[in-house]
Amino acid sequence: MGEHGHGPPKGIVRWLTTTNHKDIGTMYLVFSLVMFLVGGLMALVIRSELFQPGLQLVDPAFFNQMTTMHALVMVFGAVMPATVGLANWMIPMQIGAADMALPRMNLFSFWLLAFAFLLLLSTLFIPGGAPAAGWTLYPPLVLQTGQAFPMAIFAIHLMGASSIMGAINVIVTIVNMRAPGMTLLKMPLFSWSWLITAYLLIAVMPVFAGGVTMLLTDYYFHTSFFNAAGGGDPVLFQHVFWFFGHPEVYIMILPAFGIVSEVIATFSRKPIFGYEAMVYAIASIAFLSFIVWAHHMFTVGMPLAGQLFFTLSTMLIAVPTGVKIFNWTATMWRGSISFEPPMLFALAFLFLFTIGGFSGLMLAIAPADFQYHDTYFVVAHFHYVLVPGAVFGIMAAVYYWLPKWTGHMYDMALAKWHFWLSAIFVNVLFFPQHYLGLAGMPRRIPDYALQFTEWNMVSTIGAFGFGLSQLLFVWLIVKCVKGGERATAGVWDYQHGLEWTVPSPAPYHTFEKAPEVR
Amino acid sequence: MNEPLRRSNRGLTAKLLLMVAGSFAFGFALVPLYDVFCEVTGIGSRERLLQAAPGAGAGATDERTVTVEFTASVPANGRWEFEPAAFEMQVQPGRLYETTYRAKNLHGRDMTGQAVPSVAPARAAQYLQKTECFCFTPQHFKGAEERDMIVRFSVDRGLPAGIDRLTLSYAFYDVGRGGAGT
Repeated sequence: MGEHGHGPPKGIVRWLTTTNHKDIGTMYLVFSLVMFLVGGLMALVIRSELFQPGLQLVDPAFFNQMTTMHALVMVFGAVMPATVGLANWMIPMQIGAADMALPRMNLFSFWLLAFAFLLLLSTLFIPGGAPAAGWTLYPPLVLQTGQAFPMAIFAIHLMGASSIMGAINVIVTIVNMRAPGMTLLKMPLFSWSWLITAYLLIAVMPVFAGGVTMLLTDYYFHTSFFNAAGGGDPVLFQHVFWFFGHPEVYIMILPAFGIVSEVIATFSRKPIFGYEAMVYAIASIAFLSFIVWAHHMFTVGMPLAGQLFFTLSTMLIAVPTGVKIFNWTATMWRGSISFEPPMLFALAFLFLFTIGGFSGLMLAIAPADFQYHDTYFVVAHFHYVLVPGAVFGIMAAVYYWLPKWTGHMYDMALAKWHFWLSAIFVNVLFFPQHYLGLAGMPRRIPDYALQFTEWNMVSTIGAFGFGLSQLLFVWLIVKCVKGGERATAGVWDYQHGLEWTVPSPAPYHTFEKAPEVR
Repeated sequence: MNEPLRRSNRGLTAKLLLMVAGSFAFGFALVPLYDVFCEVTGIGSRERLLQAAPGAGAGATDERTVTVEFTASVPANGRWEFEPAAFEMQVQPGRLYETTYRAKNLHGRDMTGQAVPSVAPARAAQYLQKTECFCFTPQHFKGAEERDMIVRFSVDRGLPAGIDRLTLSYAFYDVGRGGAGT
């Protein structure tokens, strides 16, 4: 920390050696955008093959690699790093801290992530190809992965270590570094949502690391954690995986909840309705996420009591989620609403995430789940909560804070084009998948029965529309970094929080002297 | 950053790292917990499937006769010939019976295999008791060796009245090419 008070070093050295939270936040966000485009390309390979029945473009083995890699890249490379990048940029500024508490660990966790993805993506080019057993890595199928197997496992270990370090950093920063007077219940909701997300990460990422380590020892050292011949049980892996996997989906969505809370309040020109209820709702959702995992695996067979427990506990999550949806709506009630791009994305989030929530309730019903399990209905469900849910939340955040980061206003017209094209095409892309799933089309297949053709075509058209629309987003960001109308410190008409008290662009060092919060 | 804050940051980081270690350990603790859970709920309990000791109902015979069927399977990538000597037997609950399965190693080299038993219907599983079984231990085969392997079993007299047919099925897996195995 000897360099305090100086500007950043020039050129590439700045980015290789920086421990500044804003620089690291930027690197995370750029990394995430690149991975979003890479994962998107993989999705387009999948959708192109599914445009019509029969095998046209890729062979089934490569198709399976695409579904697997698309998921791993989007979950661990796009959504999670984007929220970590936002946390790096915004949490110190929201709580009045000079930097993250552990700046060097911060730098380390970013570079670990970068190497993890270099390793994971390189498996596409080695003999036997990338992992192809689905992102859930179920044994025994995943044990048939070729030479890519240890590389994929090691990449998962690295990205897990990276997110655990990021989580520790967030917790220490929030617990120890808040400005005087910034009590926990004065903290902006984005910081709150990340504090809870960080605890989730610490609780479940190591369990996942343990699970994949067991896969590794089963593969190389003839242990029998999941090997029936040695007295193990493959279903055990599913339990371990989903004990991590369900909290993981909240790790992706909770930061978006925080973002949407702030955006809706800003553009309704009202404080958020029921602030404390929002905090408690996030905490309850996080708690419930630990006791619902087996709803992902109703079909493996479990006692009736188990099915009832997991059905009911899953449905219970709708209660705190309902509180959040209600409070967002109540915040807008009699607000003076305007429709800037961040608000548009937040509103689309509100509608479309709720659709994903409802299909989730349908899937929670154990007897109905036997019909929906492993069909495109599940694909439609989780893409609704992840794309117009988590991803739109992240986009709302980018449009909300981009002027603060760059010091320039962005091209509003272009942003609205990006919004409308994304919002329309995301529905063209994913809504038909509900119909396909209910009609019985299984997921993770390169070919399908003829009656599924029309909706698959529609879905593929939606995919290309959505994918190409994201190029507008990239162009808009590049334009905004290069120049544009100067942004004021406050940026928006009504805003609340310490980040809006510093000039735009935010100086390299902010809150060296802690602000007074009353 | 001043010194007290730095120390406090380090302390909290250490505690959080301890939590991480705890979660990692919990992941492995799920393995025995899973067995305990299966035991308590009685689904897929390994103990019950591999039960060696005769239960309370053994000893005196029963008037009724039930059919025990024997099936054998080898996973797609396993190279074994594996089949039961008898495909079904009429047995009286409470009496001890013996039959054999014949296995032949087609790998062309030394190989160790292990059989994993399964009983259908599931609610009859606890009543089929094996006092001796080749499935208890890994079976070592020389290249191209062929042999019969013994299973001794009885059906417990407590078998519910509605069940008159049980299937004992074995899947024979490769467990490695090493010695006698563990």
